[in-house]
Amino acid sequence: MGLHEPVEDWTTDFDHTDDAYVADPFGIWDELRTECPVAHTERYGGAWLPTRHEDISAIAYDTERFTSRSVVMSEFRAPFELAPQGIAPPISSDPPYHKGARRLLLPAFAPQAVDQLEASTRAYCHELIDSLRGLDVVDAAEGYAQHIPVRVIANMLGVPEGDGDLFRGFVNHVLEGVDKPMEERAMGMAAIFDYLKAQIDDHVENPRDDLISYLLASEMDGAPLDHFHVGRTIALLLIAGIDTTWSAIGASLWHLAGHADDRKRLVAEPELLPTAMEEFLRAYAPVTMARLVREDIDFNGCPMKKDDFVLLPFPAANRDPEAFDRPDEVIIDREVNRHAAFGLGIHRCAGSHLARMELRVALEVWLESFPDFELADPAAVRWSGGQVRGPRTLPIRIL
Amino acid sequence: MKVRIDDQRCEGHGRCYGIAPQLFQPDDLGDGKVVGDGTVAPELEHSARLAVDNCPEQAIVIEGG
Repeated sequence: MGLHEPVEDWTTDFDHTDDAYVADPFGIWDELRTECPVAHTERYGGAWLPTRHEDISAIAYDTERFTSRSVVMSEFRAPFELAPQGIAPPISSDPPYHKGARRLLLPAFAPQAVDQLEASTRAYCHELIDSLRGLDVVDAAEGYAQHIPVRVIANMLGVPEGDGDLFRGFVNHVLEGVDKPMEERAMGMAAIFDYLKAQIDDHVENPRDDLISYLLASEMDGAPLDHFHVGRTIALLLIAGIDTTWSAIGASLWHLAGHADDRKRLVAEPELLPTAMEEFLRAYAPVTMARLVREDIDFNGCPMKKDDFVLLPFPAANRDPEAFDRPDEVIIDREVNRHAAFGLGIHRCAGSHLARMELRVALEVWLESFPDFELADPAAVRWSGGQVRGPRTLPIRIL
Repeated sequence: MKVRIDDQRCEGHGRCYGIAPQLFQPDDLGDGKVVGDGTVAPELEHSARLAVDNCPEQAIVIEGG
């Protein structure tokens, strides 16, 4: 069975890039959860898809039997030689190396640091809104949501914000190009690292107050970080910080455009937004992670082989009726919401506080500016495929 | 009622200090820390329970509640 032949049996031949999965994975997860809670495929060199919250969290916590050496599922598996850093530390690192590599980043993404970025993020959202004023129909994904995380992370890292198109190209290549031939993927990755090497060289010459200079001046285990590590971590921050937040902003606006009652309530009760946001994150969680099986094991009766991929669809965990009451309803004042949108365990999204700030500010500014809006053409909405799900085309009519 | 965070389980999601900033605050890494000795005033008991129920890692423990 080759890549991209349409899937007929989701239990034995799943493919997360299949058109049906991209358009609506929820029904597929629901069916699997009751019929075959850990699905299998021979595609991508062998992979598994758990859909129950219990199994997804068990695997996320089990860093012994499941390694993070590769976290994006494709034909490519990161070589052992890159351990313990892995391809993009710390997301690709396992314990014990992981902890130190992650600790370097956490202060820059802690709530206190993120607070400092709120005013500039808000100003930028207003700038984007101003560019949309007067239009009858706007693309909220392309004209609004996608730009916000690019600008924020470019400024944090200290790379030119004018290179936004380039970053989005990189991200698209890494996350959505998983079905491309291996050579093409390798060339795309080389282009990313060439670009970042030039940025690092420039920061070595001209240190400044940004995250690249901070990483270049950082030490791990008493030694300065090598440029290889710095480049890989920057690549991670660019890639992980853009598509994901763009998706969360877009999916929230998509929901509000299609649910006038929720939209009107949030306009009338803006203090509800933090609670509503958690519900959007639960119901439309953008990110599915992946692991590799370290050695042959039996997982709940599934014979997992060394180097099989395992997808961790946190959005499926968030829709599991064993873990959530009325999981398929979006309840914007849901008070008890232990969702796993940012993952579980030691790899909890390091940028989650930043993502929440961007999502909140993006929605606040949009709702203040455009309190009345609707989907201009529901059939024209296009969702991204692969492991990050969000609207990539989102025509909205401003009323 | 008192609240306590199990540091071994906390991964810094920040739901607790988002929901109940009177009871929890972030440290420099974003992990949750209880304010003072964790004693919960009666009017904050509902917030304390919500923090417990929303922690993705189930890292918050209520004692004597």
